[in-house]
Amino acid sequence: MSATIHFTIDGVEVTGKAGQTILQAASEAGIYIPRLCAHKDLTPHGSCRVCTVMVNGRPQAACTQPVSDGAIVENETAEIKELRRNLVEMLFVEGNHYCMFCEKSGNCELQALAYRLGIQAPRYPYFFPQRALDATHPDIFIDHNRCILCGRCVRASKELDGKNVFQFIGRGAHKRVGFNAPDGLGHTDAAVSDRFVSICPVGAILKKRVGYAIPVGQRLFDKRPIGSEIEARRAKGK
Amino acid sequence: MSTKPKVATTSLAGCFGCHMSLLDIDDRILKLIELVDFNKSPINDIKKFTDRCLVGIIEGGCSNEENVHVLQDFRKHCDVIIALGDCATMGGLPAMRNHVPLKECLEEAYLKGPTVYNPGGKVPGDAELPLILDKVYPCQEVVKVDLFLPGCPPPADTIWQALVALLNNKPLELPYELIKYD
Repeated sequence: MSATIHFTIDGVEVTGKAGQTILQAASEAGIYIPRLCAHKDLTPHGSCRVCTVMVNGRPQAACTQPVSDGAIVENETAEIKELRRNLVEMLFVEGNHYCMFCEKSGNCELQALAYRLGIQAPRYPYFFPQRALDATHPDIFIDHNRCILCGRCVRASKELDGKNVFQFIGRGAHKRVGFNAPDGLGHTDAAVSDRFVSICPVGAILKKRVGYAIPVGQRLFDKRPIGSEIEARRAKGK
Repeated sequence: MSTKPKVATTSLAGCFGCHMSLLDIDDRILKLIELVDFNKSPINDIKKFTDRCLVGIIEGGCSNEENVHVLQDFRKHCDVIIALGDCATMGGLPAMRNHVPLKECLEEAYLKGPTVYNPGGKVPGDAELPLILDKVYPCQEVVKVDLFLPGCPPPADTIWQALVALLNNKPLELPYELIKYD
C-alpha cells in the first residue's frame, strides 16, 4: 500500500515508507537517533527534542517528522551532538538525578544517553529543586525528583493500558505529572501490571520491593551504549 | 630535590571512598610513586602545600567554608584540578540536604531528631567550627575545574588511566565502561 521513499542520513541511503517518521525509518535501517520521549509503542510526542536532526538544513524532531523523498538528514554532526549534549545536561541539572542511589541506575535511558554523549559533568549550575515523592500506591512509587516530563507514562496509560491515570499539570518551570486522583497514585485505578510502570525511561516510576535485583555489570547499559541493539541491525544487513 | 611531577589530593564533603578507589589501583601504586611525588594529601598526611603541583585531585563538594578555602588553595597551587567522584561533580549524597532549609537540617541533627541527646538544647556554634554553607556546592560552582571523573566511586582504572594520560601529556580517551555515574 505504501510508496517507498528514498532519503539519506549522514550520507547513507535509507528507504522508508510513506507515513513513517524519520526516527522509525532510521531504526529499521539500523541507524540510531538518540531519543527520550519517543517509544516504539507510543504516539510520538516531540517534547524532549533529543532526537533533533537537520532535515535539508533545518532542525526537526525525528520522532514527529515524516520521511520525504530526497531529504538530506544530518544525525551525527558536531553541531547536532552538541545540541543533544546541552539538552541532556539541562535535564540533569533541572531535576535531582542522584545516580549513586537510584534503583534505575544502569538501566536508565537518561543516564545511558549521557554516557553515549560522553558527558562527564553538566556545564550548568544545579537547581536542586524541591520535588515530592508519592508512595500511596501499594506496589508502585513515583519520584518526581527524577521525572523528565517525557510524557511516556501519560501516553502509555491512555494508549496501552486503556486508563487515564496521569495528566500534565501546570506550565513552563511548574509543569509536572499529576494523578487522576487528588490523594495520589494509590487512589487511581493504576495497577503494577500496567505498561506505564516499565515504560518510564528514568527512575521516576518504580516497582516497590524489587530494587537493585540485577547486579552491577549485568544491567542494560553497563557494557554496551544505548542504541547498540539498533546499530547491530545495520551491521547484520551489510 | 626530586624533579618528578607533584600530585596533591584532598577530601572535602566526601566519604574517602574516592581515595579508597585511588588505592584500589593495587600494585600500580608502586608505579605511581615512581612517576610522581605526593604533596599535600591525606595519603601522606602533609597538611600544607610545599610546592607547586601538576595535579590536584578533589574528592567531595563544598559543604562548609573550610571546604571552600581548601578548594581555592588547591586551585592556586595546582595546574590541573580533577573533580573526582559524584560528590565533587554534583554534590552527591551530602547534597540531599539542599532540598531542606539549613535551619531545619540543623534542628533535626541537633535538637529534634529521634535519637538526639542534647541537654544543652543548642546547635553547636563554636568559633572553631567552620561555618556551614546554605547548601552543598559541586566543585565547578566554586572554582574552575579542568577534568571531571564521575562515579561513586570512580573505578580505579578510570583514575589510573586519567593520571597516566595527564602525566604523559596525552589526550584522555576513556573506554565506555570507565565513565559511570554510580
